Amino acid sequence: MLGRLRQMLIKEFLHVIRDKRARALLFGPPIIQTLVFGYAATLEIKHVPVAIVDYDNSQASRDLVSRFQASRYFEVRRIADRREVADLIDRSEATMALQINSGFSRQLHKGETAHLQVIVDASNSNTALVGLGYVNQVAQGFARDVRMAALQRQAPALAASLPEIVVERRPWYNPDLTSQWFFVPGVIGNLVLVIVVTLTAFAVVREREIGTLEQIMVTPIRRTEFILGKTIPFFLIGLLDTALISLAGTLWFRVPLTGSFLVLAAGTVCFILCMLGVGLFISTVSATQQQAMVTSFFFIMPAVIFSGFGSPISSMPLLLQRLTYLNPLRYQEVVLRSVYLKGVGFEVLWPQMAAMALIAIVMLTVSVLRFRKSLE
Amino acid sequence: MNGAPPTVVVRDLVKRFGDFVAVDNISLEASPGEIFGFLGPNGAGKSTTIRMLCGLLRPTSGQAMVAGLDVAHEPERVRQNIGYMSQKFSLYNDLKVIENLRFFAGMYSVATAELKERIGWAIDMAGLTGREQLLTGTLPAGWKQRLALGCAVLHRPPIVFLDEPTSGVDPISRRLFWELIHRMAVDGVTVFVTTHYMDEAEYCNRLVLIDRGRIVASGSPLELKEKSMAGDLLLVECDQVGKALEELQQAPGVTDAAIFGNALHLVVGSAERAIPEVKEFLAARGIAVTRIERIRPTLEDVFVSLTSLNRDEGDKGDTPAQSGKAAPAGDGGKEKGQ
Repeated sequence: MLGRLRQMLIKEFLHVIRDKRARALLFGPPIIQTLVFGYAATLEIKHVPVAIVDYDNSQASRDLVSRFQASRYFEVRRIADRREVADLIDRSEATMALQINSGFSRQLHKGETAHLQVIVDASNSNTALVGLGYVNQVAQGFARDVRMAALQRQAPALAASLPEIVVERRPWYNPDLTSQWFFVPGVIGNLVLVIVVTLTAFAVVREREIGTLEQIMVTPIRRTEFILGKTIPFFLIGLLDTALISLAGTLWFRVPLTGSFLVLAAGTVCFILCMLGVGLFISTVSATQQQAMVTSFFFIMPAVIFSGFGSPISSMPLLLQRLTYLNPLRYQEVVLRSVYLKGVGFEVLWPQMAAMALIAIVMLTVSVLRFRKSLE
Repeated sequence: MNGAPPTVVVRDLVKRFGDFVAVDNISLEASPGEIFGFLGPNGAGKSTTIRMLCGLLRPTSGQAMVAGLDVAHEPERVRQNIGYMSQKFSLYNDLKVIENLRFFAGMYSVATAELKERIGWAIDMAGLTGREQLLTGTLPAGWKQRLALGCAVLHRPPIVFLDEPTSGVDPISRRLFWELIHRMAVDGVTVFVTTHYMDEAEYCNRLVLIDRGRIVASGSPLELKEKSMAGDLLLVECDQVGKALEELQQAPGVTDAAIFGNALHLVVGSAERAIPEVKEFLAARGIAVTRIERIRPTLEDVFVSLTSLNRDEGDKGDTPAQSGKAAPAGDGGKEKGQ
């Protein structure tokens, strides 16, 4: 009977509107996460604070220091004494410290190897690694120029014929390498995951906890009608959330949606179905809303970490890499970013869609069966 | 109550949870217009029985026919014919009164033509006129309970199951609620109700006493009071009640003795013979009797005696349910002896 399903849907939407927690879940995470990942989170490392001690104080050393000052990657602070370094790094006032020893310029002129000491705060290994890379770039550039200048003085003919490689950077899909373009599409998947899974699990568990589940089960409602009534609202909410965040991403953060909206929608539908399956499953293993919360948390954390949302899957240990194939979010992240930035369609993304569809079918079947049994 | 065919027929119903037998071979019949009371201690199997009759639980064996339909085979059709309300008054607290009613009307597919009238009836019955837009969670328990009943019978079911419907409700609300039950019974509805309250049991047409999954006695309240006690019941008022109880438990001719308030209730073979004997027995032990008389047992007496006798059946011999002949002839039990 459509009448019963209609009443179920009306009631579910009323619950979501009236329930403070559901309302918070509906609007809080999307706003906060979009802002956080739109503005704050970035993989780029800029303005690394660097302390430089120059004991050489020569033309060459000053030239090197000014190269660091000119780079947008560094915030240079000159210090007179190396004993200040430890304190600055302890206080996080400097992430790196460079030391140029006296004799630096002399060694260069004699054609010997000159040393530039780099101390780095590696408590954040990622920043340390990237920072060292930048330092290396600047130092090598300086060294090359010194070499070329020497060569030009002594053997101009040779210098002119010296082969050289110039790297021409052509970053596809994100020419300015903007982090937002990477994060904003990605965050859509995270949010839909959190919202759909928790709302679905809560919707069922709450009724079990307060006893209305039993009251509904003595009415002539069919199990299918009940399950549809408990999933359709969150399916729609998932779609709505995706649409809203996409809109915010495009209009506010100017992330281009290069691909087709239809492809994005198709992937999202497959993904939401997976999440409904997970939510229903959680509801069958939880007796109280608190248990449902803890169980959801145990799903959400690993699902986000092993999705490639933040850290690339290819750098994970092989075993974990294989496990990520079970994670629907892994596929949805690929769909979201590919459609957004690369503009590719079904011809490329069908394996991801098929994988999600398969997971959705398995999860929903298992959950619905378990769920029917739990109603007995 | 009369010649109408029974609406609920239960044959040898059994429910086991693992090794535990919750309902042990229960058989009963209920007719239209009958208020059918289930009495018994906690865990006796009352709720389990009702839940089986509603199709919420599958019976281990036996058969239950409700409104002519087998509960095990056609639970969905059975549900269209029953109303169910449990002690938790399971309504949606975050929905308004009117929204709860509309929701349950939808669940029972109440016809659109009837919808307005039925919802109006339920609001009126629950005394919620003018409060339709209130959130249900803000209502006091008594109103919530009547609203829950209204929601459960919006579709005019011929059979209603009420599982401890009045627990946690004030006495006035309880009375109002029982008036509603009576009105439904007058309209020909079969009402099944479980309760802990003995005064409520008095309102039932028929009572079934359940203990540890079995029916230990059944009949109208009057029949139960008259037939279920093995012998007569005496009320004794005296000084040193505690000592008197101890002594009387050993006394010849006294089957059972228990404290009721500040007096004693004694079960004896025959009142005429026992009254002088007990007086003498107590006087010999220095206890002064201020009052001794034959009283008609209340349901509570019956309840306590049947369930407790059953519990230590080893030392007291036969159960009173089987020896219900002990009551004296005449209109015995209705007047006081002295």
